[in-house]
Amino acid sequence: MSGEFAIEARGLTKRFGKLVAVSHLDLDVPRGQIYGFLGPNGSGKSTTIRMLCGLLMPSDGSARVLDTEVPGDARQLKPRIGYMTQKFSLFGDMTVLENLQFIAEIYSYPRRERAERIEELLERYDLRGQRRQLAGTMSGGQKQRLALACAVLHRPELLLLDEPTSAVDPRSRRDFWSALFRLAEAGTTILVSTHYMDEAERCHRLAILDHGVKVADGTPSELQANTGMHVVEVTSSDPYHAQLVIADIPAVASVTQLGVRLRVLIPESHANPVGLVEEAMRAAHLDTQAKLSTASLEDVFVAVTLQPRSKAA
Amino acid sequence: MKSLSRILAVLRKEVRQLRRDRLTFGMVVGLPVMQMLLFGYAINTDVRNLEAAVADQANTHLSRQFVAELEQTQVLDIVERQATPQQLETLLRQGAISIGIYIPHDFDRRMVDQGRAASHLLVDGSDPTILGVANQLRAMPFGFDTGNPGHAAPQVIEVRPFYNPERRTPVNIVPGLMGVILTMTMILFTAVAIVRERERGNLELLINTPVSSLELMVGKVVPYILIGMLQLALILAVGRLLFDVPVRGSIVDLYLAATAFIAANLSLGLFISTAARTQFQATQMTVFILLPSILLSGFMFPFKGMPELAQWLGELLPNTHFIRLTRGIMLRDAALSELPGDMAYLLGFTIVAMTAAALRFTKRLD
Repeated sequence: MSGEFAIEARGLTKRFGKLVAVSHLDLDVPRGQIYGFLGPNGSGKSTTIRMLCGLLMPSDGSARVLDTEVPGDARQLKPRIGYMTQKFSLFGDMTVLENLQFIAEIYSYPRRERAERIEELLERYDLRGQRRQLAGTMSGGQKQRLALACAVLHRPELLLLDEPTSAVDPRSRRDFWSALFRLAEAGTTILVSTHYMDEAERCHRLAILDHGVKVADGTPSELQANTGMHVVEVTSSDPYHAQLVIADIPAVASVTQLGVRLRVLIPESHANPVGLVEEAMRAAHLDTQAKLSTASLEDVFVAVTLQPRSKAA
Repeated sequence: MKSLSRILAVLRKEVRQLRRDRLTFGMVVGLPVMQMLLFGYAINTDVRNLEAAVADQANTHLSRQFVAELEQTQVLDIVERQATPQQLETLLRQGAISIGIYIPHDFDRRMVDQGRAASHLLVDGSDPTILGVANQLRAMPFGFDTGNPGHAAPQVIEVRPFYNPERRTPVNIVPGLMGVILTMTMILFTAVAIVRERERGNLELLINTPVSSLELMVGKVVPYILIGMLQLALILAVGRLLFDVPVRGSIVDLYLAATAFIAANLSLGLFISTAARTQFQATQMTVFILLPSILLSGFMFPFKGMPELAQWLGELLPNTHFIRLTRGIMLRDAALSELPGDMAYLLGFTIVAMTAAALRFTKRLD
């Protein structure tokens, strides 16, 4: 058995002209885990994944992927990696079966076991009814299952998934994630990028990317425990005005409205965060209840991606 | 009013997009300029400097004067002197000359005796323009003294068109048309084949698999070679059945030449596909190749009649060489071994274009 990490990246950087898409990224992805990349669009998730599978040449830095230097001999790495593109990239004018057969041939999957493997995948990813359907005419969820089936057909050690669930409904997303857990259970390392908090929460570990920089990483619970912020949940009958008032409190790092509730982040250095909010509410004659809450992943995300606030007030 | 502003919005958008699509913009400027240059310079029906050889068996004062007059017209450029008309025919079949001038040993006597023409122009009838030129030469009045003042102007020249004695247009057109059709379809098919996969995102999937650039290229090209063969068979069959176009040489030679030509075009198509970003761009670039392949290849106008620059450009095009091969094999019964230069060029072109395409097609996205 080789190293503990499936992916180790050091100082990985990608520049497109003047734009720095990924900046000095260090990454350790343990084997057999689901590792999440959480970040908004344009945070460098896709670019990183593309560098890791040799699709893009890093401007700087390097990575070891499955004990192979990247950039380096990508050819011997390709058979060990499965990659699912953000956009559906299979052949829309070929049937489900034909697509799977093509992938099996391209990866030189042992000829005698091909039919059996394909049947197994059709079964597992619930595509038996679609085997003669043209891939281009399927629903978003079906396309996504086919893409996953094709990505794992050759039993890769490492699976790179670039926003795999961005085009599917919640039900399909749930099914998709249980499939991922099953793969991880069998020893596959999975790197998955997403901008859904609930998906990030399911990962064993995750890294939060913002503007090409890794701003936090760890297990979801570690991240939630170490935000460096108090989370105060405020319930108000007039959340709009309450939000305006709270945003004006100098110590407050951020306010996010969730229906009638407000999530308020206040640095941990502050001794009495609930009192601070209640005082401001009383002064503004607003009827509210405030209580301390535990950080959700969304709070973590907000906390670590906060621009250094230049508070005028 | 509202409608107008909406129209203007669309109009501005189009101009903006067009400006950013540099290739299309280049075509907007490039295509008309290229066409003008081609039509203006290359397409010149006043043919000059056709390569000719002379077999002067008379070799008298009068015959030398006759040859000198022919040369003075500047229509002919006498590149070789041969002893027998058989040697002229060989040169003609190899495509080395367009016209052979045969002067029999009794030239002087024939000039006086009006029964028979004094000389023969052996003409490559596989090119209709050359035949036209030969007929003009026949009508030309000769300034020298025929020694026969009492009679009407004697018949000095008899034109003998070879390879297409009935002067039927399809016989001249079909061998060249084959090249044009194959150029169009082969380049377009392959150029679009890869670009389409890039547009649809398939390429991102493919380059993440173990398939290598060369494997991908070869796998894409081979089916189209077969399609090209099928097209060739169709053209030959239609030519034969409807227009009675002969294949005088070996059909094997013809297919060998076509294989090399198809491979050359497919390689060129692949190269285009590595440069074009969209299917539309690939189509435009194909037109850019197709136009000179029609105009400069010798298909429409005799190659030697074009100005030097146009000939130089024409020499670069695979179609020029293929048309020489097809006319040679189909009409003049030439063997492939008699036309080694053109075959070699097609093979060389294929290797160069294929290598360039494989180098340009890196298995990366940046």
